[in-house]
Formats: sequence, structure tokens, C-alpha cells
Amino acid sequence: MIYWQLFITYLKIGFFNFGGGYAMLSLIEHEMVLKHQWVSHAEFTDMVAISQVTPGPIGINMATYVGYTVTGNVWGSMLATFAVSLPSLVVMYAIVRFIQAFRQNKWISAAFDGIKPVTVGLVGSAAILLMNEQNFSDYISLIIFGCSFLLSWVLKVHPILLIVLAGLTGLLVY
Amino acid sequence: MDRGLCQRQEMDRKETGIKAGLSELFFTFLKLGAFTIGGGYAMIPLIEKELIDKKGWFDREEFLELLALAQSAPGIIAMNIAVSVGYKARGRSGMYLASLGAVLPSFLIILLIASVFTSFRDNPVVESIFKGVRPAVVALIAAPIFRLAKSAHITLKTMFIPIGTAILVGFLGVNPVWIILLGAIGGIVWFSIAKRKQT
Repeated sequence: MIYWQLFITYLKIGFFNFGGGYAMLSLIEHEMVLKHQWVSHAEFTDMVAISQVTPGPIGINMATYVGYTVTGNVWGSMLATFAVSLPSLVVMYAIVRFIQAFRQNKWISAAFDGIKPVTVGLVGSAAILLMNEQNFSDYISLIIFGCSFLLSWVLKVHPILLIVLAGLTGLLVY
Repeated sequence: MDRGLCQRQEMDRKETGIKAGLSELFFTFLKLGAFTIGGGYAMIPLIEKELIDKKGWFDREEFLELLALAQSAPGIIAMNIAVSVGYKARGRSGMYLASLGAVLPSFLIILLIASVFTSFRDNPVVESIFKGVRPAVVALIAAPIFRLAKSAHITLKTMFIPIGTAILVGFLGVNPVWIILLGAIGGIVWFSIAKRKQT
């Protein structure tokens, strides 16, 4: 039963993934943490960090990781990864085949135009969902958050460097 | 191979349209999957270098068009790129091999991490590192929002959409799926109203 749930959930995540990367996090978090409780908030955040410093898309990384932790074996990983990739295969195949019709359809592009501002909000909600006591255990975490925000926003420090710096800070402070 | 021959092959490739070998396609995407940290968007400059400049499988315009579709379509962007490029280059088998190549490196690496990390998580050193990393991750997600809003052409008039989305999903726990569907319907309704006004 858990395999079926895993498959359906990741199929949904793949299909409703618009705007890539961070925009899909809120959906993954909603399904994994809030609805099925397959991982905790902290574990989810750790996974985002690991995804940022390892190669590959966050969506694939998440599917592989959760598939493994939930079932405890490789098959769960493969199933979730396959499920999250399936919508790309089907939808993108259809789009590329009928590229002409697709590009000229004004209704389809109107729908996409409507989704675009939503994805910006979804990134925001992913950040809001992660602002909880599991990720912010004390005032030091708030300082780390503030510094990281400024480093990333103003100085555009690379995510990998930022995560390594924060990890070192954690090692020294805690 | 001398330079002239190379150039001629390049020309042939551009003229005939189909150029990539299946194994070449697989290994190219395997390389892209293994060396791009951060997924879809990080892949773009590497793909440009590998597929356009080095291999000449596409011209830049064709690639930009595929890219725009890959970004707006549902699904993981890196996968969408692999599927569309693979299909364009070698049909359906090209599509399967390119996407398999793109997925395989991250699948194997994360599988390794998942099997090791679960037993390492309670280690005090690992725990203190991640305690420092977690707030930074939240900052990393929050920081690009203004840039995203700018590139999505959010104005004062349309600002209610991302703000409303963030409140509904972030604070009230609404499933993002509903908001995405609502956005799509909203876009269509808006378009039909604008169309009616024109005529």
C-alpha cells in the first residue's frame, strides 16, 4: 500500500511542478511533511541542503531520498523517482511532438500566464512553511538566517558556499 | 581528423537535423546530470556549451524555444530539457536515454546518502552542522523571491496573487495543487475577458 501511495503522491508532485526547484518545495512539503508525515520538518530541510550541494534536480533528489527512507529499500527509491519523472516524459513528449499547435494556442499560454505569479507565491510559502521551531531552535539560528539572507540576496553568494559556511558555523557554535 | 572535415561534419549535422548517436546522447546527459549542482537552471549554460557550441546538435534559437517550453510545462525542468532535447535529437529512444542519463547520477548519489545518512543523523557532529545549515536553507529559499517576482512581471496590481498564494499555502496549509489550478483558470478567464473587450 505504501508503494501505491508513494507512486500517486510523486506523480502528483511531478505533474503540478511548475516553475522548478524552489517553487515545487511547498508542494513536496505539503505532501511529505504535513499530509503523509513521511519526513519531519527538520529532515525535509536537511534534504534541501543536501540537494543543494549534490548534483541533480531537487525534485529527483527528494523522490529518491523519501522513497528510500519510507520503504527502506531501493525499490521505493526507484518507484518514487520514476513517478516524479513520468509527467515530464508524457507532457514534454506531447509538447515537442505538437510544438506548432502548442505554441500558437492562446488559451494554453493564458493558463501558463496565470500560473506564473502563483509560482512566486509558492516559493514564499515554502520559506514560510520552513520557519518553524525545528529549524529555528534558538536566537543563533535567527542570526544565521539573517546573515545568510543578506549574503544570498545582496552579495549573491553561491548556495554551496553558503551552506558550507553555515555548516561550519553550526559546528563551531553548537 | 583535420579541421576542414570537422567543420564539414558540423555543417552536415546542421543540415540533416538528426545528428546524435544514442550512446552519445546518454553519456552527454549523464555528464550534465553529474556535474550540474542545483538542477534545471544550472544545467542551461552547460547544455549550451555541450550541445550547441561543441556538438552542434541545435542552433541557439531552436534551443531557446525548447527551453521556454521546458520551463513552462509541468515537471522537473532538468527532466523536461532532457526529454525535449533527446526527442529532437533521436526520437523516442533518444528521449528515454537522455532522461535516464540525466536522472542516474543524482539517483545513485542520493541513494548512497540516504542509506548512510539515516544512521549518521543522530551523530552529534552531524547534528550540530545541520543545526547551522537549516536556517541558511530557509534564507536561501526566501532570498530570490524579489528577483523571481521581477522576472514574472509582478506589478502592484498583480501582487495579490503571490501574496495570497503564500498566505494560503504557507499559513493556512492549503494544498498548492488547488492554487495552481486556480491560477490556470484565472489566466484563462482574464484572457477571455480581455479578448471580449477587444471585439
